[in-house]
Amino acid sequence: MNFKQKYVFLFPGLFVLIGILIFPIIFVVRLSLSGWNSYNGLNFIGLENYIRLFTDDPRFWESFFRLSFLSVTTVILQYVIGFALAHMVWKDIKFQRFFRVLFLIPMMTTPVIMTVIWRTFFHESLGPVNDILSNFGMSPKWLTDPVLAKVTVIIVEVWQWTPFMFLLLLAGLLSLPKEPFLAAAIDGASPVRKFLYVTFPLMAPISIGAIIIRLIEASKIMDTVYVLTSGGPGTSTETSSFYIFIKGLREFQMGYAASMSFTYLIIMIISLTVIVKVLTKLMLKD
Amino acid sequence: MKIIKTCLTAVISSVLMFSPMAYADKWGDQFPHIKATGDIAGDCSYEEMSKKNYKGKTLKINTHAVPVIGQPTALHAEQFAKLTGAKVDVTHTPAGDLYAKAMVPFKAGQAPYDIVFGFSNFINDWKRYLAPVPKKYMNSTEMKDVTKSHIGVSSWDGTMYQYPVDGDRHYLKYRKDVIDNPEMQKKYKADTGKELRVPRTWKEYGEMAKYFNGWDWDGDGEKEYGSAEVMKKDDLMFAAFFSRSVAYAKNPRTPGGFFFDLDTMKPNINNPGFVEALGDWVEATKYVPPGGINFGLGDEIGSFGGGQTLFSFSWDDAFIAAMQDDSPIKNKVGAAPLPGADRVWNRTSNSWENQYNQAPYIVWGWAVGVAKKSKVKDMAFDYLCFFSNGANHQADLAIGNFGVNPFKNSDFDPNIYINTMGWDADIANSYTKTLLDMEKSKNRVFPLRVPGVFEFTSAVATGTSKALAGQLSPQEALDEVAKEWEAIVQRVGKKAVQDAYAVGVKMEDNKL
Repeated sequence: MNFKQKYVFLFPGLFVLIGILIFPIIFVVRLSLSGWNSYNGLNFIGLENYIRLFTDDPRFWESFFRLSFLSVTTVILQYVIGFALAHMVWKDIKFQRFFRVLFLIPMMTTPVIMTVIWRTFFHESLGPVNDILSNFGMSPKWLTDPVLAKVTVIIVEVWQWTPFMFLLLLAGLLSLPKEPFLAAAIDGASPVRKFLYVTFPLMAPISIGAIIIRLIEASKIMDTVYVLTSGGPGTSTETSSFYIFIKGLREFQMGYAASMSFTYLIIMIISLTVIVKVLTKLMLKD
Repeated sequence: MKIIKTCLTAVISSVLMFSPMAYADKWGDQFPHIKATGDIAGDCSYEEMSKKNYKGKTLKINTHAVPVIGQPTALHAEQFAKLTGAKVDVTHTPAGDLYAKAMVPFKAGQAPYDIVFGFSNFINDWKRYLAPVPKKYMNSTEMKDVTKSHIGVSSWDGTMYQYPVDGDRHYLKYRKDVIDNPEMQKKYKADTGKELRVPRTWKEYGEMAKYFNGWDWDGDGEKEYGSAEVMKKDDLMFAAFFSRSVAYAKNPRTPGGFFFDLDTMKPNINNPGFVEALGDWVEATKYVPPGGINFGLGDEIGSFGGGQTLFSFSWDDAFIAAMQDDSPIKNKVGAAPLPGADRVWNRTSNSWENQYNQAPYIVWGWAVGVAKKSKVKDMAFDYLCFFSNGANHQADLAIGNFGVNPFKNSDFDPNIYINTMGWDADIANSYTKTLLDMEKSKNRVFPLRVPGVFEFTSAVATGTSKALAGQLSPQEALDEVAKEWEAIVQRVGKKAVQDAYAVGVKMEDNKL
């Protein structure tokens, strides 16, 4: 039987897909081939933007490598801390429910508002952090030293998004089968060995998923940088998304920003695919 | 006798009722914002606006976030609605998004807002989409009071596209209780061998700021610092850099361009004048408060206005904030022209001229225009005229965070500040004299107003911030900026930039 009417049912979904995913991508590609800015319209300039990007814009590549460093560092820290916290409240401890809710609070807050609060904390002359540290003769330049500014961005990102990792890993831990743990207990395995040889391998699939989701999110880091440092001092905390934002919405170089966005998208698809393969190989080797 | 008394009373009553003062009181009672002055007669006064009927019409405005300019926009919108019956929708947008929020629909041929607020240096990019200010308003009593330089800033080649609502320039603010204090002067002399006075040059500024950095010189138990400046990347820092550059690089004997050589369109931005200024600025990182190299305009206003630093330079806001009733340093601050330099670069002879030079920087400020495609242009211009009428303008000037600064000739009367704001007479005098002298100067620098202006200013912000962060030397940083400027000129088109720049150069060379 030929159910031609099935296409009628497929159409709404297809229409939405074209409208919200395919059309914007096609438009970005078209935009990237134009010199659309404050003085030119949607003209056609061929690959000029891409040539400029690959041959004459070291700032984009610097911001990309900076982003890679920031996202990998923050995600590793989030994974380690998130796993530790999830492991802690997975067991029967006092105030277990209270801690489970407490650890989730940072994720429930609005990132921009929390970053403003963090900026106030780290304000070098008026903030409470340096006020306390000055009692010990220290006054770190949290936002104005090129290295420490990166550390500050990492601290804020880790604080904000560790709960997400915590949530996923706790869900994973709660869904683990009890039998392997019972077997390990009968064998007299120590807590460390139990973790290394039972918990961690069993958690590998969900760990890979959590890390990839966070890597995707972390690679878009923008609001924290925008509010905390505006990419400064100098360009020391400028990330790809912040740089694209500057070029597109501050300088109104829409065509060029589109070419950077599209290039960035391709790089991210390739690198995340490679990362998934590597992680799967490393964590699921058995 | 009784008859004479009755007649006299009747005459006095009728004079009071029908004189301008009488309706001033009436409007002052109804609108507390203008209580201090009441209505002030003019083409766009409260009295005149109350005669308009815009019932059933809607005016859409995109303005800055509150409080700066956003608050007066909303307040005057509410007043305008009450007086005319119009419906006024006000949208508030962060400063960094004002340009794109108007430009994107402009480019798409739409006009979602009848009135768009932005900065005066947007004029070149926006003018194609804005309606010129009609003759009726050009001839209004309010407009006739606007200073020549602010008419110039709001206009493009003789046509006014932006309605003047604000006047901006950068000048020096200093702690009068320190600089004019004989004990401090003695101490400074003893320690440095130099005079403590309002700095005439940026080098003097640096020496004094360094001396007064990091100790409690006002006895409030807190450490104070040398200078508060806008150094945060992409947060108006390019304007602060230009303020420091004008003394070294704006030579009255070399007309034909401060930012570029108008004939060749070769950038001047990396010449020794600008490099010297950036060198001074890098040095300034040693005498700003902790975290000072991440200060945006708000931080600068808070820092100087809160009594944390000896000096500051930028827009009026920090000065007005320092002079507000709740300020710990009210009547302890002074205004003076931007410091100068003992030598100025001559880009024609490629050499330094060893003579004193000072140049005011008439920096860009808030500007507003009416969309060409608006269907309620008359109402929109009436609103703008009402926004800046005499009574509203005087009341707005007194509120530091409103962001409305002097741009009318009548604003330079010190009595306004003495009588309505409680300023000391010598401070009001020095403030108005500083502003007035800038208006009269023949060596002024106006903001860059060329197509793609943001690309140019963004390149300056990136380059100078790299120098401040120690990533590059001043010369390397400005060479990078110059290279980027050359690339932008090529992208935009040399002729387009040159033609637009010529208009600004005419103003700087006093030919317009």
